[in-house]
Amino acid sequence: MTDIYTVITDFNLVPLIPEIFMALFAMGLLIVGVSQGNRSTSVICWASVAGLAITALLIMGLDWQHKIILNGMFVFDEFAGFMKLLVLLGLMASLALSVRYLAQEGIERFEYPVLVVMSGVGMMMMLSANNMLTLYVGLELQSLALYVLAAFHRNAVRSAEAGLKYFVLGALSSGMLLFGISLLYGFTGSIDFGAIGASLLAADSISFGPIFALVFIVAGLAFKISAVPFHMWTPDVYQGAPESVTALFAIVPKVAAMGLLMRLLFEPFAAMADQWGQIIYFLSLASMLVGAFGGIAQLSIKRLIAYSSIGNMGYALIGIVAGTPQGAGAVIVYLLIYMIMTAGVFAVILSMRRNGAAVEWIGDLAGLSKSNPVMAYAMAILLFSMAGIPPMAGFFGKILVFQAAVAEGYYVLSVLGVVSSVVAAYYYLRVIKVMFFDEAADPFDGRTPFARRAVLLISTAFVLAFILKPSLIVESAQSAALSLFFG
Amino acid sequence: MAPQDFLIQYLPILIFIAVASAVSAGMIIMSLLAGPAKPDSEKLSAYECGFDAFTDARNKFDVRFYLVTLLFIIFDLEIAFLFPWAISLKEIGLFGFWSMMAFLGVLTVGFVYEWKKGGLEWE
Amino acid sequence: MTVQAVAFFLFAGILTLSALMVITARNPVHSVLFLILAFFNAAGLFVLLGAEFIAMILVIVYVGAVAVLFLFVVMMLDISFSDLRKGAMQYVPVGFLIGLVLLSELALLYGAWVSVPEISNNLAAPVSAFAGKTNTESLGLLIYTHYLLAFQCAGLILFVAMVGAIVLTHRVRPGVRKQSVAEQQRRRPEDVLEIKKMTPGAGL
Repeated sequence: MTDIYTVITDFNLVPLIPEIFMALFAMGLLIVGVSQGNRSTSVICWASVAGLAITALLIMGLDWQHKIILNGMFVFDEFAGFMKLLVLLGLMASLALSVRYLAQEGIERFEYPVLVVMSGVGMMMMLSANNMLTLYVGLELQSLALYVLAAFHRNAVRSAEAGLKYFVLGALSSGMLLFGISLLYGFTGSIDFGAIGASLLAADSISFGPIFALVFIVAGLAFKISAVPFHMWTPDVYQGAPESVTALFAIVPKVAAMGLLMRLLFEPFAAMADQWGQIIYFLSLASMLVGAFGGIAQLSIKRLIAYSSIGNMGYALIGIVAGTPQGAGAVIVYLLIYMIMTAGVFAVILSMRRNGAAVEWIGDLAGLSKSNPVMAYAMAILLFSMAGIPPMAGFFGKILVFQAAVAEGYYVLSVLGVVSSVVAAYYYLRVIKVMFFDEAADPFDGRTPFARRAVLLISTAFVLAFILKPSLIVESAQSAALSLFFG
Repeated sequence: MAPQDFLIQYLPILIFIAVASAVSAGMIIMSLLAGPAKPDSEKLSAYECGFDAFTDARNKFDVRFYLVTLLFIIFDLEIAFLFPWAISLKEIGLFGFWSMMAFLGVLTVGFVYEWKKGGLEWE
Repeated sequence: MTVQAVAFFLFAGILTLSALMVITARNPVHSVLFLILAFFNAAGLFVLLGAEFIAMILVIVYVGAVAVLFLFVVMMLDISFSDLRKGAMQYVPVGFLIGLVLLSELALLYGAWVSVPEISNNLAAPVSAFAGKTNTESLGLLIYTHYLLAFQCAGLILFVAMVGAIVLTHRVRPGVRKQSVAEQQRRRPEDVLEIKKMTPGAGL
């Protein structure tokens, strides 16, 4: 017997191949790992990097035309493809950084890369969500794997605390998200992005129902990108989690959550641009200011990076406030540059070890320019870039979002953005001052492993070379952003 | 609210709940009213082989117990997905069948992992 | 109709009261028991709404498994609950404020609820299409085919949960002697027995 509810009309798994491959790959690695034991961890880590690279190739091999499959559950378009490549790049960088760290900390367990890859599957689902149900399960898949990773160093109290905090607040944000989704379902009778968008567009006036729904959904997602006032977990979790996991947190999940937020706001909620514009405006402004002023007093470099990431999400949100394809393209470029800079900075942070233990205070970096000049100069370039000083890549990321905002007349937001980036420059420059001018501390342990040097080199080279041909990235990001608006 | 003829099927359960709560409440109230109660300090103190209790009854417990309950919950949820599948299998056909096989396949990989890892052993 | 109304108010009332008791009870074990009562009443409300499958799953999964795990944790953890409660009072005003905001939002919604006119077209699975089928069966018709992607993702989530549970709690104790049947079967006399010739009176 067949009727319309039991058959999938658009059954086509081709756009899903990268996700299916990743999930099967992770399961295969898990089985290999459990039969070989923890000594195979580094092999499995590198195998996962290779698997992620293959996934990226698969994505590039797909047809990037707008396609909706499986009863409207899954969408694949240029935006999804581009963002997925970004996520995969971040996952590869963070795994490459992790391998030696896990061994150094004695938490070398083969589940680590498997969990990273599974969280990657969740992020890819989020980026391709075209239905509230896909959105939610993708988000949960991602978060669940990350909760476990935060507590991965289970014998360290700090790590367990980080995992628990992240879990409790993550569960709270999921609850808010679900509450919002249920309100929206009550209003439109649908969880499909297309149907929601059409109903909201057709409605004469926007009543309380969808506005409250919007507030709860955006609040739930703001937790995930740690926008102020939903940022309070970030410094504690960044400080407590194992450093390689912090690198992962800072690099990847925010890109995925930001992509999800963009699709949600520009597609189903397009008719409510006036309403969400105000919310995102506030989130952006508050994040920039808290990120700038909160970072000043920090002594731990991990907490500093946490505040820096809060601030950076604020800048990225400016592009969403603009609400134009230009703004959306600027957000994508910003995220790409932020991701690459952060990966490089973490390559340095992970090398901060003395007498076999990790050190995390900014003062520990003192005299790095004498003991390891290459690393010090690379770190200085990355920090200059983060502070938005031309001609590094970070400057272009900021200028693009500000341009998009000014084009739409958001002068106040742009000016405050510039002000807070000047304030934030203080703490980046302070780190540089400590590295170059302070009384030298003992040098760090041993040689830097190859993977860290490679990540550091690539990200520094990218930051410096971006100015040579910015159009290369900016144009493809713009065209990816266009697919969100005229899919 | 659901239609009347659907809810009528649940009427026996409602009546059962009513009777059960009436009986249990009645027992408590009757024993409060009718039972002799002459408490003194000896009667109210905890009896532990004639001594006062030394410590709290709570102990640090081995985390293995929690692992077992956690795994139980996961498989409980898996089973919950099997019920609707079992009764609608005739209509959803081969597609539905393989859909469930893929789901079970994923969980079987997890099961193999925990078995080989020794998560099910009690030592 | 009146029986339904009475049942609704009874379930809803007990649900709210027991939820209140969950957070105010002094003894955490009582809290968990009130939580179980709350789950039962929620199941009753689901039955009144016609969602019997959800009601039964609530009883099986939440009461049968989750609440038991809670009880386990609460009864066996070695922490002083009165210490935990210390300082909790300072959060009451904030919590109260948030509760008030949520309540007023709900009140606003209740007063001015409108749905879009085309809501009946939007419904992914209108109830009328499943007339004459039981609740569980109509769910079965949708979950495994229509919502295939979400269903498989749920499988992946359970998979990650399984891996996570083991990663966080499983530890190998060294020096525990285990029985390995395969090893016992493989044992050959020459591996474990050594025959020594003894000459009488010479000692070892």
